[in-house]
Amino acid sequence: MSHAFSRLGLAAALLLFLFACEPRSEESLPGMSEAMAPEYGDTFIEASIGDASNLLPVLSSDSASSAINSLVYNGLLRYNGQLELEGELAERWEVSEDNRTLTFYLRRDVRWHDGTPFTADDVKYTYELYIDPEIPTAYAESFSQVTRVETPDPYTFIAHYDTPYAPALLSWATAIHPRHLLAGTDVLRSPLSRSPVGTGPYRFGEWVSGEKIVLEANTDYFAGPPYIRRVVYRIIPDVSTQFLELQTGSLDFMGLTPLQFDRQTDTLAFRRNYNKYQYLSFGYTYLGYNLRRPLFADKRVRQALAYAIDEQELIDGVLLGYGDVATGPYKPDTWVYNPDVRRYHYNPEKARQLLAEAGWQDTSGDGILNKDGQRLAFTIVTNQGNDLRIKTGEIIQRRFREIGVDVRLRVIEWATFLKDFINPGNFDATILGWSGGPEPDQYNIWHSSKTAPGQLNFIGFEHSEVDELLERGRRVFDQHQRKQYYDRFQEILAEEQPYTFLYVSEALPAVSRRFRGVEPAPAGIRYNFQHWYVPTAEQKYTR
Amino acid sequence: MLPYLARRLLLLIPLLLGITLISFVVIHLAPGEPTDLQTQMNPQASAELQERLRRQYGLDQPLHIQYGQWLGRLAVLDFGESFAGDRRPVLDKILERLPVTILINLLSIVFILAVSVPLGIVSAVRRNSLFDRTTTVLVFTGFAMPSFWLALLLMDWFGVRLGLLPISGLKSLGYEYFSFSGQILDRISHLILPVFVSAIGGLAGFSRYMRSNMLEVVRQDYILTARAKGLSEHTVIYKHALRNALLPVITILGLSVPGLIGGSVIFETIFAIPGMGKLFFDGVMMRDYPLIMGILVMGAVLTLLGNLLADICYALADPRIRHGRQVAGKG
Repeated sequence: MSHAFSRLGLAAALLLFLFACEPRSEESLPGMSEAMAPEYGDTFIEASIGDASNLLPVLSSDSASSAINSLVYNGLLRYNGQLELEGELAERWEVSEDNRTLTFYLRRDVRWHDGTPFTADDVKYTYELYIDPEIPTAYAESFSQVTRVETPDPYTFIAHYDTPYAPALLSWATAIHPRHLLAGTDVLRSPLSRSPVGTGPYRFGEWVSGEKIVLEANTDYFAGPPYIRRVVYRIIPDVSTQFLELQTGSLDFMGLTPLQFDRQTDTLAFRRNYNKYQYLSFGYTYLGYNLRRPLFADKRVRQALAYAIDEQELIDGVLLGYGDVATGPYKPDTWVYNPDVRRYHYNPEKARQLLAEAGWQDTSGDGILNKDGQRLAFTIVTNQGNDLRIKTGEIIQRRFREIGVDVRLRVIEWATFLKDFINPGNFDATILGWSGGPEPDQYNIWHSSKTAPGQLNFIGFEHSEVDELLERGRRVFDQHQRKQYYDRFQEILAEEQPYTFLYVSEALPAVSRRFRGVEPAPAGIRYNFQHWYVPTAEQKYTR
Repeated sequence: MLPYLARRLLLLIPLLLGITLISFVVIHLAPGEPTDLQTQMNPQASAELQERLRRQYGLDQPLHIQYGQWLGRLAVLDFGESFAGDRRPVLDKILERLPVTILINLLSIVFILAVSVPLGIVSAVRRNSLFDRTTTVLVFTGFAMPSFWLALLLMDWFGVRLGLLPISGLKSLGYEYFSFSGQILDRISHLILPVFVSAIGGLAGFSRYMRSNMLEVVRQDYILTARAKGLSEHTVIYKHALRNALLPVITILGLSVPGLIGGSVIFETIFAIPGMGKLFFDGVMMRDYPLIMGILVMGAVLTLLGNLLADICYALADPRIRHGRQVAGKG
């Protein structure tokens, strides 16, 4: 989930320095630049910690590739700033009465970057690509629900489903691939992996492995050419280095850590050159209990543990306050979020009381509760490399100790963590996180059919009402109706506490002040990137 | 000499096979698979995706068959295709990273030699002087300093505060538009910090080594003879002693041949230099078996050849060894 350029010799550095001073004079005339119409030009430089793996969206699943692909390709639909689906390559779409047929009416003015017109055949081909058994893609599942597709004319595409499937709409936001360049070739070894051809606002420019990827504005873009002429992704694997580059002005964008956001960028120089934004990101961190363990079989124990955790303390301590309490799997500012679920405000008394009700008492006098000769002790496992989770574990460990629960914290390398602990269900409790998106379907994580080893309901949560709600939720398209199902789903989760939902963190990006048109919305700030611009007087890179 | 060389070269083959076999087994013992990155903890990935990937990568075969297939391809110098998302040939991936890695390592070795040889000599000649002690403290401080920490400090100082040097990368953004001399200057300014940081740790070892060699040689009889002949101290030190003290350097240079293609993950990561160290590290992290094996094989071959080369050069440079072997051969 997480996500540029350099100085020259001495003389050139001096030049840049003089250049960098210029916007300051601009600052003294507030409002003037804001009133100007958007202007074309300049380069946007950002850094990525890893190189892209593959620029064919069907074959890539890493964040660096996705970031680039999102500018090079289009889907039929896309999410707007309010996280509502809107047409992109599709002008409009229809859902049939029985919810089993989706019809997309495509734009007629779209061309691939090589000039070939875009048609419904490209959409059909993309669908075939995703369900091709020889193509190892991580995104086949929603397309496998499609029973038949039709292209009655070059600008109409129809997908039929056996049963209504609400996440299907989202799946048509998938990047559409160029049929004329891929059909009949070895897609796994296609040159397009390294030099993509899409329909998007930016066309591929150059890729120097491990160094940078350059995109150029698509002047032929159907929605009008983007204002920023060039986008450069520099690959800078170390975030400290990225931060140093940001401070010299070599980067125009960086997602900051809470520490950087709060303590290290509060300088006059930084504020003069960058705007900082904060908004809730999709995804949450949780403490999950292995429900197959007798220890966690009693709901009161899980509730007691929830009462013993002070979520605000975690947010303040781990995220320096840049986050929100999670009460369920959904982000608090989305339509599906249910604010009226049972809350577990920090209350150690209540926790002790619930544990006592469940039969846990400290009869041995060692400060740890016990029952039938067994101590209330367990191990929380989490993965190496995520400091936030480790810190969270340490704080929880202390709070649990205060109510007489003895917890050990074990940090394990990711591959081992999955193979030996999570997948076989060999753990007591775990601190992990899920990233998500606007689509509320949670079938794979909570449905009782997904509890086999290696599947995502690895805590073994089985609840017949939840099963039914999840099945219904993905069968209807009406938002109102879906919300009713998912509201109830959130209530049950809050009551049952299979996870103790901990926090949702905030994304904390810094963007160079040159860039105008940045409008924070529920979707973040990048959704309208093609409308960002730099007033001519402030443009930094003229070539 | 030739039969000796042939025998040594032949002996390398079983050694190399052993190295590849052990490496192959060890990397497959590590938990996790190349398919995990795409399939694990991904709500959208189905179970059959993992099977599909395993089949395509040949991971569904028993280990000895996988090794056999890999070895078969290697025999015709085919390193295979990377398991990373791009499936590019391993050789391509290695070759595009080699030049910058070799460049930095060469510059770094040159820098180390240029600094530590004189330092070692002067330290030995003026043993226990203030200069000797100061340099000892300094080079050991450099040796003990964590390179990532030093790198960040230098980047912050020269890059952010003084604005003299670029912080990371190999070229500036507008590189293509620079004049020829501007391009050279740009390249050099990007290399200064990485080369310095990668060399600083090697200074201590090498200068100490040079110093003790020199001290050793100065005690020899022929130095006494040279002095007794009435040669100037300058001639004694720089002509007679130095040449002999430099001999073991050959061994060290030979041993550093594999180091030429090996990079350091730490400074490559910090300076955002796409080198071999980062390539290998990323390969290990995603269990990209063909890539890991490819780099290990190249490293192994270079290590073995480097050793051989050092032995040969040593024999060529040092008559004592050459004659000793001939005597043994005759015996």
